[in-house]
This record gives sequence, C-alpha cells and structure tokens, in this order.
Amino acid sequence: MKVVLRNRVALAFGVLLAAIVALCLLAPVYAKDIAHTGPNQNHITDTVSVGGKQVDVVSPTGVPIGPTWKGRFLLGADSNGRDVAVRLLYGGRNSLEIGAIATAITLLLAIVLGTLAGYARGVTDGVLSRLFDLVWAYPAVLLGVALGVALAVGGINLGIFTLHSGSLLLPAFVIGVVVFPYVAKPLRAHTLSLREREFVDAARMMGYPPPFAGVRIMVSEILPNLSSTIVVFAPLIIANAILLEAALSYLGAGVQAPNPSWGTMIADGTRLMPGAIHLVVVPGLMLVLTVLSVNVLADTLRDALDPKASLRGRL
Amino acid sequence: MAAFLARRLAALVAVLFAITVLTFLIFQAIPNGDPALRMAGRLATPQQVQDIRVQWGFDKPIYVQYVKTMEKVLDGNVISYSQQVNVEQEIVKDLPPTISLAIGAGIIWLLVGVLFGLLSAVHAGGWIDRVLTAVALTGISMPVFFLGAIMLYWLGYQWHVLPLEGYVPLTQDPWGWFTHMLMPWIALSVVSIGVYSRLLRANLLDVMGEDYVRTARAKGLSERRVLIHHVLRNSLTGIITLWGLDFAWVIGGGAILVESVFNLGGVGQYAAQSIGRLDIPPVMVVTMMVAAAVVVLSTVVDIAQAALDPRVRLS
Repeated sequence: MKVVLRNRVALAFGVLLAAIVALCLLAPVYAKDIAHTGPNQNHITDTVSVGGKQVDVVSPTGVPIGPTWKGRFLLGADSNGRDVAVRLLYGGRNSLEIGAIATAITLLLAIVLGTLAGYARGVTDGVLSRLFDLVWAYPAVLLGVALGVALAVGGINLGIFTLHSGSLLLPAFVIGVVVFPYVAKPLRAHTLSLREREFVDAARMMGYPPPFAGVRIMVSEILPNLSSTIVVFAPLIIANAILLEAALSYLGAGVQAPNPSWGTMIADGTRLMPGAIHLVVVPGLMLVLTVLSVNVLADTLRDALDPKASLRGRL
Repeated sequence: MAAFLARRLAALVAVLFAITVLTFLIFQAIPNGDPALRMAGRLATPQQVQDIRVQWGFDKPIYVQYVKTMEKVLDGNVISYSQQVNVEQEIVKDLPPTISLAIGAGIIWLLVGVLFGLLSAVHAGGWIDRVLTAVALTGISMPVFFLGAIMLYWLGYQWHVLPLEGYVPLTQDPWGWFTHMLMPWIALSVVSIGVYSRLLRANLLDVMGEDYVRTARAKGLSERRVLIHHVLRNSLTGIITLWGLDFAWVIGGGAILVESVFNLGGVGQYAAQSIGRLDIPPVMVVTMMVAAAVVVLSTVVDIAQAALDPRVRLS
C-alpha cells in the first residue's frame, strides 16, 4: 500500500480505477435520476432535443444518435435507441462483477488443487498435473468460447449446482475454469519446494490426528507461505478475467443479450461500422482504462514484493 | 535422444487423445438436457433434431457416442446444422487467410517485441524505457477486437490509408494481400509485443548482471559487441522457444477475434459466425483442431530444443 502511495503513476491509476468502480456501482442512480431510462429500455421512435431542435434518437436509416452531452443520451444511443451511458455503467457493473467472481473461482480452484497436487505428490499429483496441462493446451479464448457456447443453450445443471443460460454467473464460472491452471501450476511448484522445508517436517512430527493431518499442514503451514505468490497473481487474474469476459461477450459466448457488457456493446458498434463509432469507442475506452489501471497496480505490487525486480527498475 | 523422442511422442499421443475426449465432453456430455437439441442450435426443426439423435448416436452409451463422433471428425463427415455444409471442407477452404494472418503476425510480434525489449533494457530507467513500458502495458491491456475496430474506422473509413476489409489471395495480388493483411497483423501482434518486450527486458537485465558479461567487458570488448554477442544471444534462445510454444496458442485465440473484425473469411471467422448461430459442430471441430495444433507444435519445439541442447533431453 505504501509503495502504491509513493508511486505517483500508480496512485493516479488507483484513483481512476476506484472512480470507475464507484461510477458503475452507481449505475441505477444515474439511470433513474439523470438519464431517466433503464439499460434495456428502447427509444427507437423517440426524439431528443439537441441545440433547440428535435432529433430522432435513431435515424430512419438506422443510425443512432451520437453523444448529446446532456442528461439524456449523454454518450449517444445504440441501434435499439438505448442510452449508451446507462448501458455503459450497467455493462461495467456486469463486467466487473464477472471479473471479481471469476477471480474468486480461479483462486479457489488453483489454491485447493495446486496445493493438493504439490503436497500429496504421487498419483494425485500426476492426475491433477495432467488436468492442468490439458486445460493449458487450449487457447484461453477458444476454451472459454467452447464452454460458453455449450452452456449458453441450456445452462448447467449438476443437481445441487444449477445455473440458468442467461445467468451472469455462467461466464464467471467459464472464465474461472479456463484460467485456473495458470495459477495452479506455479502454486503446485511452490508447494513442492515448501513441503521439504524444516518447519513442515516439524509440523508433521508434532502429530496432527491422522485423517486431517495433511489438510491441517496445508492450511496452517503451506498456505500462509503461498500468500505472496497469490497476492502477485490476483490483480493479473482480474485484468485477464475482465479482458476474457469482454472477448467472450464480443463473440456471443459470454453475457447474453439484452444484458449489457462492454464486450457486447463493442460488438454492436462494430456491426454498425462506420455509422456509429461512439458505440465502439465509449465502451472500448472504459475497458482499456479499467484493465490498464489494474495492470499498472499489478506491476507496482510485483515490484514492491520482489526486491530483485525493483532493483532492476532502478538500474 | 531416441528415448527422449519416444517419450515425447508417447506423451503427444496421450494428450491428443485427452483433448478429443475433453472437447467431446464439453459439447456433448455436459449434464444438461438433450445433446441433440444443443447440437442443432436454435434454428433447428424437430425433424433435424431427431436426425441428429440417430446420426450421432445420442440414444447409445457415452463411449459409443465418443467413438461415433471421432469417426465423423476423422473421416471429415461433420455437417453443420445451420447451413448443412461439410465442416471440414469449409475449414480447408478458409485456411489461406488464417495462415497469412498467423505467419505475418508471428514475425511482427517477435521482431518488434525483441526490438522494444532490447531498447528498454539498454536504457533501463531512462525515458525510452518509461515510454516503452507504458506502450507495453497499454498493449497488454488492449482487447484485439477494440484495437481492430478503431484501426478499421480511422485508417480505413476516415483517412483511407489502408483498404477496408476482406482478404486478397497472395497469388493473385501480392501488394493487395500485404495491404489487406497489415491492419489484422498489427491488431493481433500488439498484445504479444507488450508481453515479449517486458519479458525480454527483465531477462536481459538479469543476464547483464552475470559474471561472464563483466568478463567480456573487462577484456575490452565494445559495449555493442557485449550486448549483441553475449547478452542478447543468451536471452534470445529462451524467447524464441517461448515464441514457438506461444505461436499456435496466440493465433488460435486471437484469430477468432481479429478475423471477424476485418472480415478475412478465415477459420477463426467461421468459428465466430458459428458461435453466433450456436451451431455446435463447426465450433467443436475448430476447437479440437486448434488444441491439437498447439500440442503438436509445442512437441516439435521441445524436440528441436532437445536436439540443440543436451541438458533438456535428460530432464
């Protein structure tokens, strides 16, 4: 935290990220009190006054209005006459929510399976490591798309665990599954070296009751020592999860219409090219700024925790 | 070497088999409803659904279904359901744009990534390093489809610097091929340029601290000679190996996004369009093919590396 505060660039991006998150969380307030419309509300046949004149929200040729810089349609409309600014904030909420949940799923899977593989070794490690390698072999976007499409038709139903096809948790789940090996592999390697250390031997000597001895050692001896690795990885996963969500939604395998997401908004804008570039630029810039802020913070954090890296920076 | 080769090839066969099983499971055995309905997509008639059920053997046990599916895939008899065309013939037809995209983008990202990394490391801490670091971080945070759309709009529609979209065969018009591919190449390589320049920078700075570099300087070699013959040469082998491993991975993930932005009509765009229609067979075949290509290519790189470096063979 101190390092972030000392570094002015990192501080600026931290403030930017906080502002974006706050704005997105305030989406309902903005929609209700400033734009007076909802994220999925169409205004195809409406008009809006710009410079004293009444202008169609969507022109007869199907081109939506650009930014008005006023309360209504601040950043223009899309081809269904929906307010882009409102959708931007709601879409941001979806993107950030999916990014956060996906990161939680990734970390959970990676910590449990990575530590287990590294600590148990033998057959367990063999099976789990092959699983990591297998998922690793697929390009992330492609595996995400494959899972997203397969689940988009009917959702997932595993008895106690059910997700409907329109659920926001579905893309989060897909991203979590696709990304976890990238964290599980380094955690496994780290656990492998930790388990040979003296303090783990000492814990084993102390004799925890047999069925849970392994679990106790993993949780109370190994896990705290993995925390710095996890802290370095977490922001990188968030950045990648947001990017992957945008890519999946762009392709139609993530957030399903009519729900907004930055990825689906860019896809809408690309389809109308060259008619309404604001539809591409507005969500695209938000996406880049968000991911860039997270990446800058991740970079700063890594330099702070890895003295060798910061030394390199000062050379 | 023979033992190493045998081991790698056996592993290759096992992973290829596992990839077909996993892909098959994703698309046809996710425990939810009727796989025939999923296969047929949203546009199918009841008759089509019934046909699919019989054709793919969904009334039979799961291993029979797997064998039937693989028979279809290997014989090239997979039919898409939205247009009733042979999927594999379609893929072969779409290969030239994808291969052009892959090779061009691969060369650009390796060359520019190495150049940026080298400049950054030589001027570590200076303004060139800062600028290149900012460029790299922005590149890493940039979704390819957003960058592609922005370039298409300004360079294509607004300023008419480069032709708009579509693919021109190399054999027909080499210059047209080059100008049409330029934007897709750049869009696809930007992320990797960011990753590779950062990686090479860290790598070079590590190597610069080695004893043998000091020795080279001490015996009076020029800085330029030390840098190129001693430092860069050592770091470059790692980068090129990584490039070989990443190549199919990046292309497989990126082509699906870039090709649809620029309407190149390649394999990736074919997959993207099939996703839009929720037409499963083409997505399944493309997923299997790309994952298989990634695994085969990384085996080739491994073997090449072992041929060059005896230490790899023994580990």
